[in-house]
Amino acid sequence: MSQSAFATALLAPDAPTPPGLSDPEGRPAGKRFDIYRNNVVTSLTAALETAFPVVRKLVGPTNFKLLAGAFLRRHPPRTPVLMLYGADLPGFLEAWPPARTLGYLPDIARLEQALREAYHAADAAPLDPTRLAALAPDALMEVRFTLAPAFRLIRSPWPIHAIWRYNTEPGCPKPGPKPQDVAVLRDGYDPEPILLPDGAVAFLAALATGETLGTAMETATAEAPEFDLGPLLAQLLATGTITELETHA
Amino acid sequence: MIAEKEASMSNTNKTLAVAGAVAAALAAQMSTPAHAQAKEKCYGVALAEGNDCAAGPGTTCAGTSAVDYQGNAWKLVDAGTCTEIDLPAMADGTPRQGSLEPLDRDLPA
Repeated sequence: MSQSAFATALLAPDAPTPPGLSDPEGRPAGKRFDIYRNNVVTSLTAALETAFPVVRKLVGPTNFKLLAGAFLRRHPPRTPVLMLYGADLPGFLEAWPPARTLGYLPDIARLEQALREAYHAADAAPLDPTRLAALAPDALMEVRFTLAPAFRLIRSPWPIHAIWRYNTEPGCPKPGPKPQDVAVLRDGYDPEPILLPDGAVAFLAALATGETLGTAMETATAEAPEFDLGPLLAQLLATGTITELETHA
Repeated sequence: MIAEKEASMSNTNKTLAVAGAVAAALAAQMSTPAHAQAKEKCYGVALAEGNDCAAGPGTTCAGTSAVDYQGNAWKLVDAGTCTEIDLPAMADGTPRQGSLEPLDRDLPA
């Protein structure tokens, strides 16, 4: 029996025991294979439960098991390391018919995955703010920033920050109807989802793609004329999200 | 000529707005006490199930320490305070101290 036939049968609950598996007495090892098959699915389900607690809370534990079972058979892990397993879940949820009425579910999964990626991202030394203070106004407009490896950005038409908070912190207000964009910033070791004011997501997306501070500012104010750079920049500096700056045009 | 002058005025205003915002951000940054931001992992000080970690599957995780002051479980504390935390002595009278490195003491059986 080939390794791939064995692996295929592991993820197919109705598939017969692959031929050639036998117990010490030489009898077909159907029961043993079923136990192994069950353990594979149970452990991957547990990994997804740990990774997506808010998605699980939103659909309920029983539905999440069904969802996880369907997902893991279509998207089995591609590496033996499970710490980032589930990156395909948001896309899977978008196309999964039972979740169609929960339009916000894929973006909640994106947020949970972003938090996990941010946690496991490399450390980076924060920018020394005095280097920014040393720049003249004209040079500031041309400066480009490198953002920390943990930085993540999620644009959503749903109130994802409020939904996430309502389901993780007791006593939070119920989510309103407003769309919310979120940045994941990691101060030290703990990633935190930050609710972004209007214009900030355009600003950050521009910075992340290497645009100058001046261009990023234009992009932001084109989307939201009232965009206030000061508080956002203070937060980026305080959380070590800016790690390097480049001044030549 | 007038249009050019207006465009250049508007660019100057934008530059000044960005410079002002950067100055405000830097001022906010300087006024935050440095120690309020600095945290470090401290081993051997967390109560059972009280350790920190925000990881997902496949890693050691928050709230998984099995015994009080477990030596290989950490908690984030203000930088510089780890080894000063008051801890009760062990059953045989050996004093306990927090550590920046994992410890061999108080491991679950």
